Amino acid sequence: MNTAVKIAGVEFQNPIMEASGTFGSGQEYSEFVDLNSLGAVVTKGVANVPWPGNPTPRIAEVSSGMLNAIGLQNPGVEVFCKRDLEFLKQFPNTKVLVNVCGHSTEEYIEVVDRLAGENRVDMLEINISCPNVKAGGITFGTDPKNVEAITKEMKKHAKQPVIMKLSPNVTDIKEVAKAAEAGGADGISLINTLTGMKIDVERQDFVLANKTGGMSGPAVHPIAVRMVYECANTVSIPIIGMGGISTWEDAVEMMLAGATAISVGTANFYNPTATTDILAGLKEYMKRKQINDVNDIIGIVK
Amino acid sequence: MKIKEKALVISQEKLAEGIYSLIIETKASQYAIPGQFVSLYMNDGSHLLPRPISICQIDKEKGTLRLVYRVVGKGTKEFSSLAAGDKLEIMGPLGNGFPIEGDRVIVVGGGIGVPPMLGLAEAHTGSVISVMGYRNDDTFLTQEFTDVAGDLIIATDDGSIGVKGTVVDAMEENKLEADVIYACGPKPMLKGVAKYAESHDIKCYVSMEERMACGVGACLGCVCQSKEVDDHSHVKNKRVCKDGPVFLSTEVEL
Ligand SMILES: Cc1cc2nc3c(=O)[nH]c(=O)nc-3n(C[C@H](O)[C@H](O)[C@H](O)COP(=O)(O)OP(=O)(O)OC[C@H]3O[C@@H](n4cnc5c(N)ncnc54)[C@H](O)[C@@H]3O)c2cc1C
Ligand SMILES: Cc1cc2nc3c(=O)[nH]c(=O)nc-3n(C[C@H](O)[C@H](O)[C@H](O)COP(=O)(O)O)c2cc1C
Ligand code: FES
Repeated sequence: MNTAVKIAGVEFQNPIMEASGTFGSGQEYSEFVDLNSLGAVVTKGVANVPWPGNPTPRIAEVSSGMLNAIGLQNPGVEVFCKRDLEFLKQFPNTKVLVNVCGHSTEEYIEVVDRLAGENRVDMLEINISCPNVKAGGITFGTDPKNVEAITKEMKKHAKQPVIMKLSPNVTDIKEVAKAAEAGGADGISLINTLTGMKIDVERQDFVLANKTGGMSGPAVHPIAVRMVYECANTVSIPIIGMGGISTWEDAVEMMLAGATAISVGTANFYNPTATTDILAGLKEYMKRKQINDVNDIIGIVK
Repeated sequence: MKIKEKALVISQEKLAEGIYSLIIETKASQYAIPGQFVSLYMNDGSHLLPRPISICQIDKEKGTLRLVYRVVGKGTKEFSSLAAGDKLEIMGPLGNGFPIEGDRVIVVGGGIGVPPMLGLAEAHTGSVISVMGYRNDDTFLTQEFTDVAGDLIIATDDGSIGVKGTVVDAMEENKLEADVIYACGPKPMLKGVAKYAESHDIKCYVSMEERMACGVGACLGCVCQSKEVDDHSHVKNKRVCKDGPVFLSTEVEL
């Protein structure tokens, strides 16, 4: 049985990754999951310098999902390379995708340049879609012209393949996917979180200090499946699908819609072994359906 | 070592209006120390996030944890209907717990910050004075504090029993001195206790609260402000779930 998939020449032992920002750099979850068994570890967003993130509360629960407004808190690329990448060297079977964030094109470039010489980095995932950072993220991710321009810049500087991570907070995700492809992206990943809001009726105030937050979890899954399907039928670069995946059925659904690989985010919070449970379920499904190669299910539902 | 499992409910009883005491059998009891907490997960699958609840008492022999909590919303309401024989999904023990230090210590709890102090008073090797604050005479766990540690001073907002006022008023009235103070309760109380400790030159540990998603230090949802740049985050932030919930009163912004 073959579970390996390839994106931009990089081979992943299986299509199961965890989603950026929900897993740190893997250290905290390594008590529950053998990181070496994952397709890839996708790191929390990394910027050129440390970012303090948003004030708290940063978390709100909503029906079958959650809102977060972490504000991309991270220790900066220098610490990230010395500590997190060093830690990840213990897991040679697992690929490493570094999620990159910035307030400006220059800041993105600085991070990409710094990562260029790091051979533990297999791929870059450029987060142009975090809805929480007013100064940058949202404007990059929602205007196709900007997306094409920043993709070109990333490709100019990157030594690793470039995945552009798309925001679902747009009218037509196909246009943004086309722009990323036109800019030379090696792949796209979607969806990032959907901007939401929760108000406490007793306090008559916002639950999140940031007022708005990114929604994730099972409630967003159907939206993610639809968007992955639309993109898969619009562009020819590979797609990493995510959004509300918590069971193997969700993962298979995403692959049938057109994703070459999938990532698991919010589900880790209530099931720390969600990734490996999904991998086991996927293998079971392949056996039962007599599917010898996982690549045979990618995008077959048209 | 952190355990994620379905724990067995041994018993549940109501201690005061809206306050419940739950005893669960779980392997987590073997690794727990006072001041740590467990994440409780709801059965209702539309509510995904953990409810962090402090460990009130640990019985390693019986393999049980005691949790005492106040019903404030959907999760705690669901937990309050659990009965012996039911299962409850938990993860724990989480967080750092209270360091056992000093020969003479004061443990201070306010409201729903009272429960974790019982396990500490019980486990502490020094001589312990407990100072517990309640709204009124609908108190809980007072007998247990007397049983495990002897000296208990009570403060109530309405003065119906003990000192009328806050736990800090009670500490001042009794001119309490110690090597270490431990405190858990609402922020204004922690602030008051930290100030008392500072003015009496006493080392002080506080247990902090924040909304959580992962509970293990991965999502950065639960941070509190630190006075200095933190070694892990490299900004002035510490994770309540992993670096805490117990901090020195001098290292965090209260
Ligand atoms: C380290 C720690 C230890 C705690 N120990 C205890 C304890 O021993 N006994 C006790 O009664 N309470 C304790 N709390 C508070 C307890 O976690 C909340 O009262 C509980 O999560 C409320 O859940 P709910 O579903 O009933 O309320 P809802 O309002 O329906 O909850 C909605 C969401 O907000 C979160 N939330 C609401 N209030 C709080 C809060 N005060 N702190 C953190 N998250 C919150 C919930 O976890 C949930 O995700 C502790 C909190 C922390 C952080
Ligand atoms: C707490 C939290 C932090 C996140 N941080 C990042 C981030 O740093 N960079 C990024 O590109 N996406 C981030 N995301 C988005 C996730 O990677 C993912 O795209 C989204 O949550 C949808 O997947 P899910 O429903 O499985 O969580 C974050 C999501 C959550 C819940
Ligand atoms: S709850 Fe995720 S870091 Fe504390």
